[in-house]
Amino acid sequence: MFSRAYRAAITLPPLIWVVLFLLIPYGLLFCYSFWSVSPSQTIVHSWTLDNYRELFRVNVYLQTLVRSMWIAARVMTFSLLLGYPLAYFLSFYAGPRKDLFYQLVIIPLWVSYLVRAYAWKTILGSDGVLNTLLQYVHLTKHPLEFLLYSPFAVVLTLTHIYTPFTVLPIYAALEHIPRNLVEASHDLGASPLQTFWRVIFPLSIPGVLAGATFAFVLSLGDFLAPLLLGGPSGIMISNIVVSLFGAAYNWPLGAAISLCMLILVVSLLFLSEKLEKKWSFR
Amino acid sequence: MELPMSAARDTSRWLPWHAIVVFGFLYLPIVTLIVYSFNGPGVGGFPPHNLTLDWYRMLFADDAIWESVLNSVIVAFAAMAISLTFGIPAALALDRANFPGKTLFRRLVLLPLILPGIISGLSLLMLFRAADVKLSLLTIVLGHGTALISVATTEVFAGLQKLDRTQEEASLDLGANYWQTFWRVTIPNLRLSIIGAALLIFTLSMDEIAVSFFLIGRDNTLPLEIWGRLRRGITPEINAISSIIFIFSLIAIVSWYRLRMNAGGKREIAAEFVEAA
Amino acid sequence: MATTTEPVVTSAKAGLQPLLAIRNVAKSFGRNPVLRDISLQIAEGEFLTILGESGSGKTTLLRIIAGFESADSGEILMEGERLDVLPPYRRRVNTVFQNYALFPHLTVEENVGYGLRVTKLPKTEIADRVTEALAMVKMTAFAKSKPAKISGGQQQRIALARALVNRPRLLLLDEPLSALDANLRRQMQVELKSLQREVGISFVFVTHDQEEAMVMSDRIALLRMGELEQVASPREIYSHPATAYTAQFIGHTNLLRGEIKSGIVHCNSLSWRVGLPEGPALFSLRPENIRIVPPATDNADVNVVTFHGKIRHQAFHGATELLQVVCDDGHTLSVRTATREQRQGDLHLEFSPMDAVPVRESAISTSGERG
Repeated sequence: MFSRAYRAAITLPPLIWVVLFLLIPYGLLFCYSFWSVSPSQTIVHSWTLDNYRELFRVNVYLQTLVRSMWIAARVMTFSLLLGYPLAYFLSFYAGPRKDLFYQLVIIPLWVSYLVRAYAWKTILGSDGVLNTLLQYVHLTKHPLEFLLYSPFAVVLTLTHIYTPFTVLPIYAALEHIPRNLVEASHDLGASPLQTFWRVIFPLSIPGVLAGATFAFVLSLGDFLAPLLLGGPSGIMISNIVVSLFGAAYNWPLGAAISLCMLILVVSLLFLSEKLEKKWSFR
Repeated sequence: MELPMSAARDTSRWLPWHAIVVFGFLYLPIVTLIVYSFNGPGVGGFPPHNLTLDWYRMLFADDAIWESVLNSVIVAFAAMAISLTFGIPAALALDRANFPGKTLFRRLVLLPLILPGIISGLSLLMLFRAADVKLSLLTIVLGHGTALISVATTEVFAGLQKLDRTQEEASLDLGANYWQTFWRVTIPNLRLSIIGAALLIFTLSMDEIAVSFFLIGRDNTLPLEIWGRLRRGITPEINAISSIIFIFSLIAIVSWYRLRMNAGGKREIAAEFVEAA
Repeated sequence: MATTTEPVVTSAKAGLQPLLAIRNVAKSFGRNPVLRDISLQIAEGEFLTILGESGSGKTTLLRIIAGFESADSGEILMEGERLDVLPPYRRRVNTVFQNYALFPHLTVEENVGYGLRVTKLPKTEIADRVTEALAMVKMTAFAKSKPAKISGGQQQRIALARALVNRPRLLLLDEPLSALDANLRRQMQVELKSLQREVGISFVFVTHDQEEAMVMSDRIALLRMGELEQVASPREIYSHPATAYTAQFIGHTNLLRGEIKSGIVHCNSLSWRVGLPEGPALFSLRPENIRIVPPATDNADVNVVTFHGKIRHQAFHGATELLQVVCDDGHTLSVRTATREQRQGDLHLEFSPMDAVPVRESAISTSGERG
């Protein structure tokens, strides 16, 4: 129905933009990762694998990466644990107020990341709301130090940020389940709990995978929460990259780490997609 | 349809409580922030006392903040323009055209939605460095625009699925050419999706910090201005501006939601996340 | 004429305790009454159809029996014990859903065995019963397929097998054939009926298709706006409809309105003797009971009512034709005859008075008001 000119007109401009501002930049990332920096702080455009060797040689990079993945895993788990029952509540229990509750979920989602991270900072500090509250009601005598400037703070804040991210896809998946399947399951003798495990949960898995992927990938690459709340023990891999592009001026090494992250993220996305397909209307 | 009464009797009653707890968890920090923006001695310290509007007064007198707000608004509008200009055709292309590399194109367009901002930001930084472009509001605009094309594409694509194809066919049948049909039939039908996308893009751009972090020149956007102050130490002024940001975001998001409800069901909103992932 | 509608229960299997007793069940959604005071009994091994238009409440009644809705008042007993207090998963009742509701993530045999697995039967027994059930619906070859890969008719058989494998006391079928095309539908009607005979379980079948109801049922319960118009066997309900609505809903009919004076009813220009009290009266006359006769028989045979008419419209239905005949007094009657070539002009027609069945107005008029 659509002429070649029409199709060219709608395809070319975005295609060109995408090539220019997405493909080429990733390509540059690729190239930089194989270059190096000279002592006089200029980029040397000769190809070498040094950066990658550095990554595996020096412990701190792998350690930080592992710690980042561990933090991301915890954020993913807690977000799912908090988010799944909420999505379930929204889909099966909320009734006429579904709309209202749904808005209540997406509002935090879009409210500034910075605002929310900052809010936790004010709550968790030694003079912060939580500590003074605990002392006020005489539950503690001294401020709890671990609350802020620790991995705990980072996990807590990121869980707060990404829980709505898990609720939405799970909710979508649950909504797609035809209600007569639930009735059929009851009709055949399965209790509500059995119905959940045998029918509802399996059919909601694509949503769970989508939510988990979001939470994990975005937490992994986060650098703002660690900067605000992480302290020295909460440094994540992206912070290292940030400093390599800043004070520690080593763009090629930073690019190498970034490229690794990019490959890791894309692989996770592929994996997630494959699993989702496997579990769709299985 | 809800679970039948008999089933609900048996099912755990903890579910509504869980929902309350999670909602509490999601909103408590924001509420705390707002409450403490009126707190006399500043941030921290329970219970709040000496309620005052001082911090708001300070805020309104703070020129640097307002300059950054202006910058953010300019950037947001510009980013909106870019995202829509390239995002709408992208959605159309995904819907109607077949070309080699279409899958790669689709993945690339949607990637910024899920990619950590640092990677998006850094890769663009390298581009500007290679092209010898100085960092400024322009580079931020290009960064936001690129990242938010994905939002425009997703929204418009969803709207396209709801579009009645026969309307376009009727238009062509009656003698209008493709260009005319595009402007007279396609775009008006996508109106709600486009407005919704615009609203969302504007809000996200105003709040954007991860990508902006790397592309900032001399002029600050609002989030970066706040960030700078946070690095230097907490001032309760931040609470005040945060509260205001929250109110605006609230209004923007609820409006967007209402619009989307008219353009399509809520399933689609959440389903897009499943799509993108 | 404001009498409450009472179900005319005829030909129930005599002497046995009913399998299911529905007593005074009522249900409203908000302020909308969907079922009003329904009482009905279902016998062992019978094929009962609940027939009604959309909005009549038939699906709601089925769902109440299955346990997906609860009645506002009344009770349901199965073999003397209260059924309505049990949740659906504890009732010995199974349902075949309108769009089958097969579990998309399970194979055909996993679907069929679902009910057996959740009640924790031993694996070997499950396997045996599933094989048996699949054979019964002739779907053995598809055991390992997924529902998405089989056709609508095949899905319907699996839904049936999945329900029957649990050996319920009662099987509920919610318009299971409505999604099938005409030929497949007719085929399935026959198969379902013979299946029911074979397993001997009571079937409660819901449909809006009166032909389907007549083909398959031992008894039909006609539901209208939440009330039972009539409950009787197909033949009974066809030849002796209790109300005008029943007469018109099931098959075609002519409704003759008239006035009875001194033992003679006058319906426009037609009149015949009846043994009914004075007053207004309504009769149902099936089109096939009006015969076309040669003009010469204008005798005064009191056993027939004769009249003249002109054909206004002739509709060809294959084996028969339906004629719209305008009588001398201006009223139109439908007449069903065997197919003939084009008929001309004037006709002489007759019918026997005993084919004019007296019927009531329904207790609920079309506006939904009582009386």
